[in-house]
Amino acid sequence: MSSSVTRLFIPRDTTACSLGSELVAVKFHQAIEKENLPLKIVRNGSRGLYWLEPMIELETEQGRVAYGPVRPGDVDEFIASRCWESNFNKQVHHPLLLGLTEKIPFLEKQQRLSFARVGVVDPGSVKDYRQWDGFTGLEKALEMTAQEVVTCVTQSGLRGRGGAGFPTGIKWQTVLDIPATQKYIVCNADEGDSGTYSDRMLMESDPFCLIEGMIIAGLGVGATTGYIYLREEYPLAHEILNRAIELAYETGYLGNAIAGSDRCFDLEVRLGAGAYICGEETSLLESLEGKRGEVRPKPPLPAIKGLFGQPTVINNVISLASIPVILARGAEYYESYGEGRSRGTLPFQLSGNIKYSGLVELAFGSTLNTLLNDFGGGTRTGEPMRAVQVGGPLGAYLPQTQWDTPLTYEAFSDIDAMLGHGGIVAFDKSVNMSEQARFSMEFCSIESCGKCTPCRIGAVRGVEVIDKICSGDNRESNTNLLEELCATMIDGSLCAMGGMTPFPVKSALLHFAEDFGSSSGS
Amino acid sequence: MLKTYDPKNAAGINSTIDPEKDYGTPAVRIDDERSTIFVGLTIDAQQVSVPRGTSIMRAAALININVPKLCATDSIQAFGSCRLCLVEIEGRKGFSASCTTTVEEGLVVRTQTDQIAVLRRNVMELYISDHPLDCLTCAANGDCELQDVAGEVGLREVRYGFEGENHLNVEKDTSHSYFTFDPGKCIVCSRCVRACEEVQGTYALTVDGRGFESKIVAGQNEKFMGSECVACGACVQACPTASLMENSVIDQGLPEHSVVTTCAYCGVGCSFKAELKGDQLVRMVPFKGGKANHGHSCVKGRFAFAYATHSDRVTSPMIRNSIDDPWRQVGWNEAVTFAATRIRDIQKQYGRNSVGGITSSRCTNEETYLVQKLVRAAFGNNNVDTCARVCHSPTGYGLKTTLGESAGTQTFDSVEKADVIMVIGANPTDAHPVFAAQMKQRLLRGAKLIVADPRRIDLVRSPHVESDYHLNLLPGTNVALLNAMAHVIVSEGLEDGEFVANRCEQPAFERWRKFISEPRNSPDAMAAVTGIAANEIAAAARLFATAKNAAIYYGLGVTEHSQGSTAVMCIANLAMLTGNIGREGVGVNPLRGQNNVQGSCDMGSFPHELPGYRHVSIDSVRKPFEEHWGVTIDNEPGLRIPNMFDAAISGNFKGLYCQGEDIAQSDPDTQHVEEALRNLECLIVQDIFFNETAKFAHVFLPGASFLEKDGAFTNAERRISRVRKVMAPLGGKADWEATVALANALGYEMNYESPSEIMDEIAELTPTFKGVSFELLEEKGSIQWPCNDEAPDGTPIMHVDEFVRGDGFFAVTEYVATDEKVTKRYPLLLTTGRILSQYNVGAQTRRTENIQWHVEDVLEIHPHDAQDRGVNDGDLVQVSSRVGQTALRAEITDRVQPGVVYTTFHHPESGANVITTDNSDWATNCPEYKVTAVQVGRAAQRSNWQSKRALFSEQQILHVNEAES
Repeated sequence: MSSSVTRLFIPRDTTACSLGSELVAVKFHQAIEKENLPLKIVRNGSRGLYWLEPMIELETEQGRVAYGPVRPGDVDEFIASRCWESNFNKQVHHPLLLGLTEKIPFLEKQQRLSFARVGVVDPGSVKDYRQWDGFTGLEKALEMTAQEVVTCVTQSGLRGRGGAGFPTGIKWQTVLDIPATQKYIVCNADEGDSGTYSDRMLMESDPFCLIEGMIIAGLGVGATTGYIYLREEYPLAHEILNRAIELAYETGYLGNAIAGSDRCFDLEVRLGAGAYICGEETSLLESLEGKRGEVRPKPPLPAIKGLFGQPTVINNVISLASIPVILARGAEYYESYGEGRSRGTLPFQLSGNIKYSGLVELAFGSTLNTLLNDFGGGTRTGEPMRAVQVGGPLGAYLPQTQWDTPLTYEAFSDIDAMLGHGGIVAFDKSVNMSEQARFSMEFCSIESCGKCTPCRIGAVRGVEVIDKICSGDNRESNTNLLEELCATMIDGSLCAMGGMTPFPVKSALLHFAEDFGSSSGS
Repeated sequence: MLKTYDPKNAAGINSTIDPEKDYGTPAVRIDDERSTIFVGLTIDAQQVSVPRGTSIMRAAALININVPKLCATDSIQAFGSCRLCLVEIEGRKGFSASCTTTVEEGLVVRTQTDQIAVLRRNVMELYISDHPLDCLTCAANGDCELQDVAGEVGLREVRYGFEGENHLNVEKDTSHSYFTFDPGKCIVCSRCVRACEEVQGTYALTVDGRGFESKIVAGQNEKFMGSECVACGACVQACPTASLMENSVIDQGLPEHSVVTTCAYCGVGCSFKAELKGDQLVRMVPFKGGKANHGHSCVKGRFAFAYATHSDRVTSPMIRNSIDDPWRQVGWNEAVTFAATRIRDIQKQYGRNSVGGITSSRCTNEETYLVQKLVRAAFGNNNVDTCARVCHSPTGYGLKTTLGESAGTQTFDSVEKADVIMVIGANPTDAHPVFAAQMKQRLLRGAKLIVADPRRIDLVRSPHVESDYHLNLLPGTNVALLNAMAHVIVSEGLEDGEFVANRCEQPAFERWRKFISEPRNSPDAMAAVTGIAANEIAAAARLFATAKNAAIYYGLGVTEHSQGSTAVMCIANLAMLTGNIGREGVGVNPLRGQNNVQGSCDMGSFPHELPGYRHVSIDSVRKPFEEHWGVTIDNEPGLRIPNMFDAAISGNFKGLYCQGEDIAQSDPDTQHVEEALRNLECLIVQDIFFNETAKFAHVFLPGASFLEKDGAFTNAERRISRVRKVMAPLGGKADWEATVALANALGYEMNYESPSEIMDEIAELTPTFKGVSFELLEEKGSIQWPCNDEAPDGTPIMHVDEFVRGDGFFAVTEYVATDEKVTKRYPLLLTTGRILSQYNVGAQTRRTENIQWHVEDVLEIHPHDAQDRGVNDGDLVQVSSRVGQTALRAEITDRVQPGVVYTTFHHPESGANVITTDNSDWATNCPEYKVTAVQVGRAAQRSNWQSKRALFSEQQILHVNEAES
């Protein structure tokens, strides 16, 4: 090892880049060229420890050693210290040294299944992917019947990670059971919820995992074409996915004769046009077909009449990225994580006013307290944490009393909240919850597709009624009206956008009534 | 009690389906296999059984449980946006939209509960929070679904107030002549957008923006008038509020009664409700019970009716001795006596055969029947003809020869089952727009399309519709193309041998087969003639031959040729060869041009045929007529229209009774026609306007519009539909009454109390009409002939088990090039056609706001040909043929191919027919309008003919004005 070249990992995912990793990489590159250093830069993805980004890693005999956050100004000193030349144990004094990456508590305490390779592998290398168990799930799937593949997914207990939590295996079974000349696999990569970034991280850091999951889905249900519907605000993910797809075609994992078999699968990335509603699956299909992104009534389910009227599996990035590990290690392995009917793991994403923000993949069943305190370390401002929104802009605001609720689909549903896509946004005491409630309605009024009345008009009226309540205009009757409006939107809306917008509003009203100018607490 | 909805009953007008009722969502399509599988469910404790795929909303409506709705209407697919139709389904969470939820066996549905009531009221409250409260002054007051539903759900207050964000002050779009778009009253239900897509197929409307900003826009956010909108009215029809509203209703208020009648424009024969206040027509609304149009319409039938009461209407009979004299207004008696005396004098001087008549394809069956009866019984000869002479006479001849009946074989609805559609020599989106809309929907659902047309008609490529093959043949080469297609089918063994063996005359087929197999009919040989690559012809032939159901639709681009009859026979051959006759989805479908051209032909308007297409030379055919009419009928065919003109010029033909036909504008070689008309000593013109022909007339009898009389029209699918009088004839007499008066003045007694009696006489004397009566028409709504003892309910599809002639006949169809060839002097081929907004000679549509879409006829010319001649877009150009010259403005477009120019004939001053020649079909004399060799060059001024016409016209109008003063 000593005489050979040492690999230096510098992440280039969107988050790391936004924190300066690109310049760090450039500086390292210049130094390596100039001084002919025995270092080879690998552009991996972030490990998801965002407060440490840009976090670089050196490959040592003991494992990968992390340093961070490394600013461009730190590079010269780092080069001068010749860290890579000596044994890792002798470098304890480097101020940015974080130790063995795997031993960083934030990472060590996680249960990374879907994210096992994220931050570890070079997203532009099929070889690297294979070295880290990539495509073993696919190889197993190729030896199975379609029904066996679907059964494996069903038995794993995997549920849709996009937010709705519908059992993935049942969806696949529906598509498998419908005879059709053409079926499709559509990946919903229109990740638009506030405080979520797990899809982006996975696509930028381990794109082959998603590709493999989609190919397996194709084998499972008999689909030969897949589309990744990617939000246009993810240009880097677009670039990385396209490159990965190109490489997958070159190495025979896509196209005809997948991995030397007689099966075929084609895959393409399509970009959205900036509408939040296109993350709703039926709007996504409309948009993918080239139409205005507008919600379709269900039934018919997309599994029966989906893209271009054909049976279609439409799954979130994380659902599909969970497939390779399920196939590779078996349904029982995956199912052994989690509790109740929430099996496996969920990549939670910590953001907002939190000290240690980043990605935490954990088995279902933990609690918000664990995430917010043990992982997140409390608020960034140091003020007491007051509210947490879980599951994106349609998720409820939870007061501290609810932070010990088990993180499972069922437990959250019981308290009118949802895990959604696993986004967790923390607020300290400076938050005004009536403003947050108003924002929920406002967001809905901006992002509603405009098709159904409760959402199209209701959201606008919601903003107005909240304003009236806060300004003391007939507070009691307007509060009742707001409650009724929420009920109308929940019961009457065509899709989850209008149907769930009231949840954050209602939770704010219920738990933080004092923020609505209520002196009597009515 | 189990209530069963039976779709078979739904076909009849007496069934459970009420065309006036909106069932919310459409019935399951007949081509959907689910339509025959019934599912039982319980709705509000009532049981109902409906076809699988039916919505809960429709199932409920069928047992008269009418769930509130705003975004649903049964002309378009369910959408699920208004959320007013939510219902509870036992065992399901929350609420389901009854429009988008389909029935399932055993479902238990509740359409009304306390919770639903609150939910609906709250949704309605949201709607009204963004809607003006001006019901009392709103144009839709009393005809507004929003108003109705607000009432149904018991909305009593809007707690949100009206100060919030709203759309109340968004500017109206008043660009359109016929309707106004008021976004302030829009509830964004998308019914207009969906109607534009799912009914009309134009895709002119869309929803722009999202959320609360969502708004309906035309085109690329343009005014309606400037967009792709074709003004079919489907959006206006679909709008549940006053957002899209007819200007006539805005101006006049809602009509108070309505009468179902049949449109007097093209051969589609749309059924309309004429909605009136007293005898003032307020609007024409397409009637959902109409089986030709199913509630759809086009810009002409829907909106262009103002001509009926236009100040140009001539309402008093007039006479004059010479066409150089001013007219004199007289009473009906004096007019018909004057006419009768002249006719009798002419006959005394020049012989019995020196007079004749022309029946009108715009008048009713009863009226055309009477005119031919008058000619045969009162004039005593067979000199009767009709405008079909110049349009579909080859159809009559060609289909009679091959199949045995002179009419199309199908219903329009048959297209719903066609897998390959071939359109040749027809431009349905312009000339038969309502049927074209139905055809487009079929194409949108995946049927393949072959277009054979020299010009790139809209069907070749329009939003979401594209032809699989556009065979842009040279004008005049239809027979060459059709023969080449048949050659491919025979030489590749793609014919339906079983059908040919079982259904067709074998010796004739063998003869034809030998002929068609000859190499000179091959695509290779015909490629140079038609201008289409051999492989294109072969590929189109294969597509046609291998379809499960292939149907051919054709128009005047087939018939108006020197080989028009041959081409019709080619089409019949192609259909028989591939077994595409005798069931739904197939057939030979002539798209008839005028509202009642089928009927006028059926009614014995041809000089050689008595009603029902039976030859006058056959004694047994004449006998019942002779007995009934009490006269002897000449056993020799009389003169055809062109023969009449020739005879007039040579001095043997002196008197003509011309009802509702403007031969001076519509017939070819105008100068020849004018010379003939000038030679007449008694020209009796009966028309609603003082038309071009009337300028040469001695007697003018005021015609009655279709709104002013009773009777029946027969459309292109042989469908007989009632025309119902909604106002008194402005001229005092319906057209049939005028003919009766003239006959009586001639001394031939006619006594009819009503058109119903005339129809009874027709039925008595015509085997194919034996079962037809006004009573039956009232009962069934409409009937497709033959209707007799064998087919008491009429005959939607003909030739089902055998051809009318017994065995199908393959006629040998040798291609013979027309004499009208391009030369150095006349290097371009002119072809003519119609445009959507105008109808035929334009007498009606030019007198409506439709004129805005087509202020003048233009000459379409390819950029290459234009450049060669130094012609710029909009230049005045001279168009010359070997018979005449006219001048038109040029429109440079690659819609036409190089070497071909195109124009329309909707304006008399255009003189399109000054250029067209006297060439005609070898069998029927149908003029060769579609091929004229011409030269085009820049012109400084209008042509001589145009200047002379202008002067003559001015003089003649002065003569009319003098009559009135």
